[in-house]
Amino acid sequence: MGWNYTDKVKEHFLNPKNVGRIEDADGIGEVGSIACGDALSLTIKVNKESGVIEDARFQTFGCGSAIASSSILTEMVKGMTIEEALKITNQDIAAALGGLPAEKMHCSVMGREALEAAVANYRGEQLVAHTDEDEGRVICYCFGITDAKIRRVVAENSLKTLEDVTNYTKAGGGCGACKDEIESILEEIRGTVKEVPAPPKPEKKKLSNLQRIAMIQEILDNEVRPMLQRDDGDLELLDIDGATVAIRLTGHCTGCRASGMTTMWIEEKLREIIDPDIRVEVHEEGL
Amino acid sequence: MQRLVYVDNNATTQVDPLVFEAMRPLLVDRYGNPSSIHAFASSVAKDIEQAREQMASAIGAEHATEIIFTSSGTESDNTAIRSALASRAGRKRIVISRVEHPAILTMCRYLEREGITVTQLPVAVDGTLSLLDLREAMADDVAVVSLMAANNETGVLFPIEEAAAIAHEHGALFHTDAVQAVGKIALNMKTSNVDMLALSGHKIHAPKGIGALFVRRGRRFRPFMLGGHQERGRRGGTENVAGIVALGKAAQLCEQHLTEEQGRVRALRDRLEAGLLQVRGTRVNGHLEKRLPGTTNVSFKSVEGEAILLHLDEHGICASSGSACTSGSLEPSHVLRAMGVPFNYAHGSIRFSLGRFNSAGDVDHILAVMPGIIERLREISPFKAV
Repeated sequence: MGWNYTDKVKEHFLNPKNVGRIEDADGIGEVGSIACGDALSLTIKVNKESGVIEDARFQTFGCGSAIASSSILTEMVKGMTIEEALKITNQDIAAALGGLPAEKMHCSVMGREALEAAVANYRGEQLVAHTDEDEGRVICYCFGITDAKIRRVVAENSLKTLEDVTNYTKAGGGCGACKDEIESILEEIRGTVKEVPAPPKPEKKKLSNLQRIAMIQEILDNEVRPMLQRDDGDLELLDIDGATVAIRLTGHCTGCRASGMTTMWIEEKLREIIDPDIRVEVHEEGL
Repeated sequence: MQRLVYVDNNATTQVDPLVFEAMRPLLVDRYGNPSSIHAFASSVAKDIEQAREQMASAIGAEHATEIIFTSSGTESDNTAIRSALASRAGRKRIVISRVEHPAILTMCRYLEREGITVTQLPVAVDGTLSLLDLREAMADDVAVVSLMAANNETGVLFPIEEAAAIAHEHGALFHTDAVQAVGKIALNMKTSNVDMLALSGHKIHAPKGIGALFVRRGRRFRPFMLGGHQERGRRGGTENVAGIVALGKAAQLCEQHLTEEQGRVRALRDRLEAGLLQVRGTRVNGHLEKRLPGTTNVSFKSVEGEAILLHLDEHGICASSGSACTSGSLEPSHVLRAMGVPFNYAHGSIRFSLGRFNSAGDVDHILAVMPGIIERLREISPFKAV
């Protein structure tokens, strides 16, 4: 078997343990998405009195190391208390597999995040495990990675280089447009911040209201919707009121875990081309 | 020992034993430098010229001197683009497609920093190219149009003759990356509109490290590798004599095997493809007819390509994937994305590329194990298959 995987990875990939979904689970953790290329759904059964995880099952879409990381994680947490389980780091997961190739470390990070999410769900906390991602500023638009997540993973794993960050978080592994920004974050963490003057903003043409509506429609039709349609989704433009653009996501976009990302991406696109004040509102139903 | 089923011939091929026999003496006994004056070495120059004839013949080139030997398909592509820009002074634009090989794409991205504009033509959902799009993109500022003859991932063929004619209407040169096409489809440079054509040895059963560039007689050419007078001053560096002789022999064999490629290999591919499509939630990426005879790119919905490859590897089957985990970047293949293949299919794409050394038994073996692999991975996957 190639890709420099250890025998342990191979064992857990070829014969994964605890595959499936606990129907009456006490905690559910779902991370990743099909667009990103890996996704993990972790369900746990917890003894209410002792707080011990009595059962854990997983379903994973991903490469060999993603499946192996999920499998070993379920083995590790079974029999642990919630508190003990939360102490498992992504490095513990990788170590239990006898190590992972550097470019596959993000698989162990996904395991750790699914565990956090499942525990948060068990405790009735909403998305506690991912507050950093919700609040942070998006750096990598290809994979929806925020500066907060980058900072967290850099700190937890003592990462030093851009390549490390990509290996552990995927940020910068798509189009690569955010590489400079990741370098800046790393420099800032190292305390060697260099003040780089922001590039001058391109002058936005003054648009009439009609021109503006036409342009928004054009960007949505030509740039945004084809991307969504590729993944069997779509959007509908409901209204444009001043700087507020109201849309409705349809098809696979409805309820997609990445839809928040999608909205931010659309907003960013419109802001970049038309007006930095534009705000995109997502409506569940038509207006 | 476990049976090895090698169906990754678009990645590289086995050196044909006849090719190895042809190159062997040049490595072992006749190691002279063809530029030397003594008889021991200068006889080697004749072998090079014979290889040039063989290579020219395989692509139907009228003159052997239209062949320049290089180190690889990549070098040939880079040379062609550079040469076109240098010989079309004042023209600052290149037209390519979105699905070109990195040998072209990366070169063009680099040239953008030097002030060159690159227009990338889209492809349709079946991977085909529209000549209307090319017509629209053309103007008199274009130095060169570079389009691949056949796509490495899907095998889809581009209409290079028509495209070359359109390029010429605007005074632009036409280059084609034919690395995947040579030996698999008939090429006749004598009657062709193509100005330059790149090819690679290791895709046609010669060893790695040898390639060639066809440059039509009369076209202006600027060398890329600067050095000695080798290749009539068109490519510096001591000749890879054994590689050149190997390429010549491989080219000759390609001519002999072309009918087989179009017949027997195509039939194997078709049977493999039909069998794979029996698995639910599958689709073929690429136009079904306008395609190389030995290539099929099949997507398995909701499973990830690397995981499939690892399982195949356990059964001794060598294939490749356009999934993120295997594309070298973290995103799925740029070819599949350009075709608009949805993510849930793109990540689960597997390319099988068959060649002259594949047998009916190989196809049987793949078809015997594939359904079980997909079923197992779908059991693990949180996404639905259909």
